[in-house]
Amino acid sequence: MPAVSQAPCRWTMRALAQRSLPGLSVNTVIALLLTAFGVGDFGVNLIYSHCIGVSIWLLIEAALYWLMPEPDLQWRRMYLLVPLSVVLGYAIGLYLAAALLGHPLGWFGSGPPRVVLGYLLLSLIAGGTLSYYFMSREQLASASEEMALASARTETAQRQATESQLKLLQTQLDPHMLFNTLANLRALIATNPVAATEMLDRLNAYLRATLSASRATTHSLEAEFERLRDYLELMAVRLGARLQYSLELPPELSQCPVPTLLLQPLVENAIGHGLEPKVEGGRITVRASRSAGQLTLEVQDSGIGMARGDAATDGFGLSQVRERLASAYGELASFELRSDQASGTLARISFPG
Amino acid sequence: MNTDKNPTALIAEDEPLLAAALQTELARAWPELQVLALVGDGASAVTQALRLQPDILFFDIRMPGLSGLDAAAELADAWDSAAPQKPFPALVFVTAYDQYAVAAFEAQAIDYLLKPLQTERLRKAVTKLQQALASHTQPALQFESTLAQLRGLLGASAPQAATPLRMIQASVGNAIRMVPLNEVVYFEAADKYIRVLTTSHEYLIRTALKELLPQLDASVFWQIHRGTVVNSACLDAVTRDEAGKLSVSLRGRRERLPVSRLYSHLFKAM
Repeated sequence: MPAVSQAPCRWTMRALAQRSLPGLSVNTVIALLLTAFGVGDFGVNLIYSHCIGVSIWLLIEAALYWLMPEPDLQWRRMYLLVPLSVVLGYAIGLYLAAALLGHPLGWFGSGPPRVVLGYLLLSLIAGGTLSYYFMSREQLASASEEMALASARTETAQRQATESQLKLLQTQLDPHMLFNTLANLRALIATNPVAATEMLDRLNAYLRATLSASRATTHSLEAEFERLRDYLELMAVRLGARLQYSLELPPELSQCPVPTLLLQPLVENAIGHGLEPKVEGGRITVRASRSAGQLTLEVQDSGIGMARGDAATDGFGLSQVRERLASAYGELASFELRSDQASGTLARISFPG
Repeated sequence: MNTDKNPTALIAEDEPLLAAALQTELARAWPELQVLALVGDGASAVTQALRLQPDILFFDIRMPGLSGLDAAAELADAWDSAAPQKPFPALVFVTAYDQYAVAAFEAQAIDYLLKPLQTERLRKAVTKLQQALASHTQPALQFESTLAQLRGLLGASAPQAATPLRMIQASVGNAIRMVPLNEVVYFEAADKYIRVLTTSHEYLIRTALKELLPQLDASVFWQIHRGTVVNSACLDAVTRDEAGKLSVSLRGRRERLPVSRLYSHLFKAM
C-alpha cells in the first residue's frame, strides 16, 4: 500500500515546492560567493544563479517524471542524467537570465572558456550534490517503509500461526471432554480409588501425548495404538456400557512409522459425532493392515453416521488429517470417509509403509 | 407416586458414574430428598418425569437424543395435560462446559451446576431449591416464569446474525431455486433438514433449524414449536382444543400446526 501511495504523492505541487527549497538556497549561496569573490553585482548574480539552478532542477525533475517513473532505476541513470541536465539547464538558464536583464545573449557566458567551464563545473557540483542528497533521502524513506511493511507482514504471519496453534490445542483438549473426565475422576476417588488411579494415569498419558505431540514427527504404530487406548479407556469409563472398542494391530506392523497422533481426530469424531449422540451407544474398531506396500488404517464406528453431504464440510479435525497426510506422503496417500445413518462411519487412510 | 411429604427428584445424566455421584452428593447435602430415578437420555427424561412427577429435575445439558434444554421444553409442553394438579418441577441444569449456556444461565433464575460438582456449590443449590419449594408462589405464575427462562436459554445458543436472510436457496434437481422469505408460510425441521413450505410448493434445505433461526427476523418469523417456525403474516386463527392445546391455521395452507406450551405466550386474546 505505501508503495502505491508514494508515486502520486511525489508529484504534487506541494512536494515540488518542498523539494525546490534546498536548491533555491544553494542558488542564493552561489550568488553570494560569486559576489564575495568580486564577480559582478549581487543582484545580477542572484538572477543568473537562480535561472540556471532552477532550469537544471526542473530538467532533472521532468526527466524523472517522464522517463523513469520506477524509483529503483533512477539511481544508476542519475550519473548520465545530472551532467546532461546541468549542461542543458546552464544554457537555458543563461538565455533566460539574459532575456530578463536585457543583456545581450552570452553576456554571462562570454569570456574565456576557462571561466565558462568554471561556471559549468560549479553548476555540476551544485546539481550533483543536491541530486545525491534527494536520492539518498528518498532511498532511506522507502527502505524504512519497506522495513515497516516487512515487520507488519511478520507480525501477521506470527499471529496466524498462534491462532492456528490455539485452535489445534482447543481441538486436542476439548474442554467438554476434559471437565467430564475430571468429574468422573472425582466420582471414582470416593467409590473406587484403584480405578481412579488407573484413570488418572490414563489421563496423564493422554495429556502428555497430546500436549507434546509435534506434528512433524512420527512414532511407531504400536505407540499410536497405545495413545488411542488411553483415550478410549477414558471414554469407556465415562460412557460405561455405551462404548465398546477394539484395537486390532497385527504384531508385524507394530514398528511401522506413522505421523504422531494421526488417528486421534478420527477416533474423537467417531465418539463425539457417532456414538455419544446415540442413545444406545455402540462400538469403535481401529485396525491396521498392509498389502502390496500400502499400509491401511481404519477407524470404524457404529454410531449415528452423517447425513449425505456432511462429509463435504470437513471439521477442523478432518482437515488436519488431510493436511498432515498430504505433507507427509503427497499423492501417495489416500483418505476416504464412508458414512450412512444405518451402519455408522468408516474412515480409511492408506499410505506407503 | 410419592404420597409422603418428602421432596422428590429425577436425575437425567448420560454418564453413569456422574449420575450415581450426583445422587450420593445429594443424599449427603439433602437427606430428605428422594431420588426417584436415574435416566441416561433426554427422551427417557421426559417420559419418566411425566410418569413420576417429581418436585425437582436435575438435567444434564448434553445428552444423546434430546438435549437437557429441549427435554425440559418438551416436558413443559406435556405437563399441563399429564399433571394438571402438580406444579411444574424446579429445574437444575448440569453441564461440564458450554460457552453459550453458562453465560445465559447467569441472566436466569434457573440454577445450573458445573461438572465436576463442587460440594459447596451443590449445598447452595440445595438451599435455593428448599426455599423455592417452601415459598408457596402461585404455581401458574411460577410455571410462566420457568417457561420464559427456558425460552431465553434455548434462544441463547447462537447469537443473532447481523444481516437477516432475504432468500432461501433451495436446490431442486440441478437448479437452485430462490425463494423470497415473504413467500415462505412456515419452516419445519425434519432431522438434519428443514422443510420450507410456501402456499404451493415444498422445498428441502440442508440446514439445522438452530442455524437458520438466528438469520430470520424474529418479529416476522415466530417459533411456535421446537421444530416449527411460522411467518406471522400468514397466521389465520389460533384455536384451543378440549385438552387446552393451542394450534394455528395459516392462510394458504390447509394443515394445522400445534403450538408448544413454551411459545403459547405469543397468542393471547387482546
